[in-house]
Amino acid sequence: MTLKDIALLNLRRRKAKAAFVLAGLMIGVATMVALMSLAQTLTEEINHKLEKYGANILITPRSDQLQLNYGGLSLGGFSFETTEIKQADLGAIKDIKNAANVAAVGPMVLGKVTVKERAVLLAGVDWDSAQVLKPWWKIAGQRPGPQEIVPGAEAARLLGLGPGDRVSLAGRELTVSGVLAPTGSQDDQLLFASLAAAQELLHKPGLVSMVEVAALCKDCPVEDMVAQISKALPGAKVMAIQSVVKGRMQTLAHFRSFSLGVSLLVALLGGLVVLVTMMGSVKERTGEIGIFRAIGFRQGQVMRVVLTESFMLSLAAGLLGYLLGLLAGELALPLFSEGHGGHIIWDPALAGAAVLLAVAAGVVASLYPAWLASRLDPHEALRAL
Amino acid sequence: MSFLRAENLTKTYGRGEAAASALAGVSFTIAQGEFVAIMGPSGSGKSTLLSVLGALNTPDQGGYFVDDLDIYALSQDQRADFRREYLGFVFQSFNLVPYLSLAENVMLPLAIKKMSRAQRWELAGEALARVGLAGKERRLPSQVSGGEQERAAVARALVNQPPILLADEPTGNLDQATSRQIMDLLIRLGSEGMTIIMVTHSPECAAYAGRLLSMRDGSLAGSDPQAAAALAACAAAAAGSA
Repeated sequence: MTLKDIALLNLRRRKAKAAFVLAGLMIGVATMVALMSLAQTLTEEINHKLEKYGANILITPRSDQLQLNYGGLSLGGFSFETTEIKQADLGAIKDIKNAANVAAVGPMVLGKVTVKERAVLLAGVDWDSAQVLKPWWKIAGQRPGPQEIVPGAEAARLLGLGPGDRVSLAGRELTVSGVLAPTGSQDDQLLFASLAAAQELLHKPGLVSMVEVAALCKDCPVEDMVAQISKALPGAKVMAIQSVVKGRMQTLAHFRSFSLGVSLLVALLGGLVVLVTMMGSVKERTGEIGIFRAIGFRQGQVMRVVLTESFMLSLAAGLLGYLLGLLAGELALPLFSEGHGGHIIWDPALAGAAVLLAVAAGVVASLYPAWLASRLDPHEALRAL
Repeated sequence: MSFLRAENLTKTYGRGEAAASALAGVSFTIAQGEFVAIMGPSGSGKSTLLSVLGALNTPDQGGYFVDDLDIYALSQDQRADFRREYLGFVFQSFNLVPYLSLAENVMLPLAIKKMSRAQRWELAGEALARVGLAGKERRLPSQVSGGEQERAAVARALVNQPPILLADEPTGNLDQATSRQIMDLLIRLGSEGMTIIMVTHSPECAAYAGRLLSMRDGSLAGSDPQAAAALAACAAAAAGSA
């Protein structure tokens, strides 16, 4: 028989009250865990999607002449006549501090060509990086080889091109290997070729007009990445497509703040449940506390019995609440997630925080009832028997 | 030589016109190993006196000394330590914790002592055996008779081997035969050197004591002829039954 045994036996005896406190705290912890893990999982999911979404950094030559708009985004001004970016310089991007966060670097060379007496923009792209940068691109046919091109959907319609057609371009006979499915962007208006082929056709060997970079670092701001690339490429202008990243990150930040707020509110309510129940329990046990004091329990030892009870309950509530919260999060995930087959992420830090919060809420809420119990006048307490 | 000394103990409940004097300057000494009964009508202050002697109820005035230790000069925690080391309590209504077994109830005073679980069980078992409850260690209070509950309460009071036993109406809820068993047990403890102070309404029980302190209106009335006569009658009855 120790103080811990007394606490445990009392909990076993007052099962209904113990279950009430346990349920109150457990629901609080479960709500917190469900919301926080949902926020965390959705963050990961959106981060992953952002990586898939494509470029979020654009690199263009420094120029203040012609303006070029691409995909509704201002790329800054550059002139086709000005010195463009040297493709060889792009290797410096691999050496920046956050190089590991760069998912793809997609150089693009642009230039005006004439096809069937119509002026059209030819874009030479690196098709491997294009898979990462523009995962929504679907080609009806094949990727273009060295002597092939792929027109955008609108360009194909206006120029009357389809897979297998041959077209004369800059004095060369090229084959249409496929047609880019409609994207709803300016890509529909372009002709695409491989980077090397376009550089040759446009007489821009080793040069690129712009570079798209897919870089995402959830632990570092995209501005840091922009600064690092700017430093690596001093002759280029580096810009973040901030609207994409910031907008989504802000939504997530709001959801996280909301989750945290709700969690704290629920934890507070759980604490109140503990406070009210423990106050009732202490009042109910006045005589018993009188016996403890009469046989020599110090005030601190009486407090320890009450606090040990709430610690045991809170610990159990924290552990069970965490598991319940994970289950609730898993069940709720399909309602919030656009993805399919996703799972709530198991986070040891969240598990630890949930248990700590439950124990802290339970023990702090029990401090006052425990203090009251310890201050009970033993003479008066025994008279209550 | 006095082991326990009360000097001019005064205690008043309430204030103003509602004030009621429970102790009005009570002084006495008790030697080690003495068995003292405190008798008196309801409201005479005997239970208040017992709670003061139990270091549970601070007197308004006066001093209470055990082994020359001024009990009410001690802090709350020091008084708790004093109760644990010096006193064993036996209450009228047994006051066993209902969700603990008899052995666990007996072990309560040991719960705050540094010793192994096995040692606690051993001491509790010995105390229960001493009061004739061997084999009933794991029973809950609700599973034994009133007399057995009272004996378990005595075992709890003894387990720490305190020098003083304070008993408040220990036979108040028991039948005559069981009361006699409890009183025999107290006599045996007294003969082993334990100082026993017992509050009782029962002249039969008071007759077992070596000395009677008779109380009336918060004061000692040791020369009260009624009490003396009652004690004499009871002593004769007790001798007859023996």
